[in-house]
Amino acid sequence: MSSTVWSTRASATPEVRLPRTFWRDTGQALRRQKAALLGLALVGLVILAALIGQVGVPESANRTNLAQRLSGPSPQHVLGTDGAGRDILQRVLLGAPLSLAVGVVAVAIGSVLGSLQGLIAGFRGGLLGSVIMRFTDAMLAFPTLLFALAIIATLGPGLSNVMIAVGLTSMPRFTRVMHAEVLSLRNRDYVLAARSLGATTPTILWRHILPNAMSSVLVLSTLSVSTAILAEATLSFLGLGPRPPTATWGAMISDGTSVLQVAPWVVLFPGLAITLTVLGFSLFGDGLRDALDVRLRDR
Amino acid sequence: MTLILRRLLQAVVTLLGALTVMFLILRLTPGDPVQIMLGDYRTPELEAALRARYGLDQPLPMQYIRYVGNVLTGQFGVSYWRNQDVSTLVANAFPYTLQLSLAGIIVTCVIGLPLGLLAALKRNTLADIAAMLIALLGVAAPGFLLALILIYVLSYALGLFPVQGAGEGTGALNQARYLVLPAVALGFHSAALVARTTRSALLNVLSEDYLRTARAKGLTQAALLTRHAFQNALIPILAVLGLQLGQMLGAAGVIEIVFNRPGLGNMLIGAILSRDYPLSQAVLAVLLSGVILINLLTDVLYGLVDPRIRHA
Repeated sequence: MSSTVWSTRASATPEVRLPRTFWRDTGQALRRQKAALLGLALVGLVILAALIGQVGVPESANRTNLAQRLSGPSPQHVLGTDGAGRDILQRVLLGAPLSLAVGVVAVAIGSVLGSLQGLIAGFRGGLLGSVIMRFTDAMLAFPTLLFALAIIATLGPGLSNVMIAVGLTSMPRFTRVMHAEVLSLRNRDYVLAARSLGATTPTILWRHILPNAMSSVLVLSTLSVSTAILAEATLSFLGLGPRPPTATWGAMISDGTSVLQVAPWVVLFPGLAITLTVLGFSLFGDGLRDALDVRLRDR
Repeated sequence: MTLILRRLLQAVVTLLGALTVMFLILRLTPGDPVQIMLGDYRTPELEAALRARYGLDQPLPMQYIRYVGNVLTGQFGVSYWRNQDVSTLVANAFPYTLQLSLAGIIVTCVIGLPLGLLAALKRNTLADIAAMLIALLGVAAPGFLLALILIYVLSYALGLFPVQGAGEGTGALNQARYLVLPAVALGFHSAALVARTTRSALLNVLSEDYLRTARAKGLTQAALLTRHAFQNALIPILAVLGLQLGQMLGAAGVIEIVFNRPGLGNMLIGAILSRDYPLSQAVLAVLLSGVILINLLTDVLYGLVDPRIRHA
């Protein structure tokens, strides 16, 4: 996968061509996909919003200001204010780093634990592998939200518990993908060659299996971030996320339900933020999957 | 018959596995259910009494046997929050969730299948792009947001549908009016996924040689679609539909809360927030059994639709 192939196409004018590598070809394939680029732009926008939310929004954004209650969008409050008179734009920006953090941390938990399980199940096989995979099948029987709710039922509500719950929810999918990858890789010639040269199992796993299985894990991670953000928004909407007045997009929508008839913007803008973020990660993940698939790449 | 028996056995094994996973989640995760239930009213005596009442003072294997036994016999004890028999509470709420999920899957089919069909038949046209854009937004937007938008437009602005409740105690027709918006809000996300699957499944089938032959023989487009293409594209569509009906049982709770409808999901979230351990366990077990039963029915349907699976 990481081997270098020099381009041999004849050219009238001498030009410097960079050597072809798997990742450079993937980058080029990705650049050809408009939907993936749109997704990347949306993700970039969310990251920018998260940075502004982290450093550029004053602490007072969560403070009640009843004099400004339920003002519609105006030059002073671009996205209007909520039932407590707080500026919705500022709170949407404050919610961005939280949403991204939950998405990234949850997927990190799910991908590391899930991949590790898949790696062990695929490479060791036997009884341990069977137990891990049956356990994974049983976890996959749970609908995503139900699984997260089952974990929250034990851990109790809160931001870190939401991260753990959503992360564990994504774990079985990573186990499945890594297991399938390891099964297809473990008997390849280069793995047998490494073994015959005396490489230990951890070395084979770390240097030969894991890097070659990473592309599938990467695609699943990108797509899982969108699922995680959606799950966090839903749990926060249900009041199982961080405690008020912490600004999360789901909780902002929940606050807006009681004033929906008179101030729909309180619900609409955080909802738009969730939709665009999920859309961004989904489009980028889909594009990445197609770009990493060498069969689809040259179509 | 063999297929049904084989799948039934697999479903029982999966149910036992899923119950084991749930038991492990509930017992081995760091939170202590007794402490969570008691909250600020915690005293050593109360803790000991509750532990004895729910068998939490016994060794883990004994707890597991008792837990599986309780689930299989439907004995979940008394609700800590509502002070009523849990089984009765669950039995009263279940029909509402079932009704909503079935209505949701009807909406999924009514919107998703024609949208996917249109996109496949008008591939790379404006209609295809528009259909897939709707599908993409449907996948990205959370169900509760769509529910609130529907309430704002169709209930508040146009006054077409009631906003809250399930129309309990009224006629079937009136109850159906209460069901329309929740069903659309619940089913739209799945409709988007079904539309995408239908499009790609049909495009795969439409490029097959036997369809080219059928077209060359002079078969009309309608006959081509109904007699050849759609039936062969049905397996991936059925797979998504089955999966989505299961997901709906989990997602129904959020929609039930938005529309203030009675149901298992609404009850589960209330139980979690009020730290009602017996009730949340019971609702989770019932919903999980429902999901596994749906998966079983989907597997059996595969066999009915595709003889290759039946005779495999």
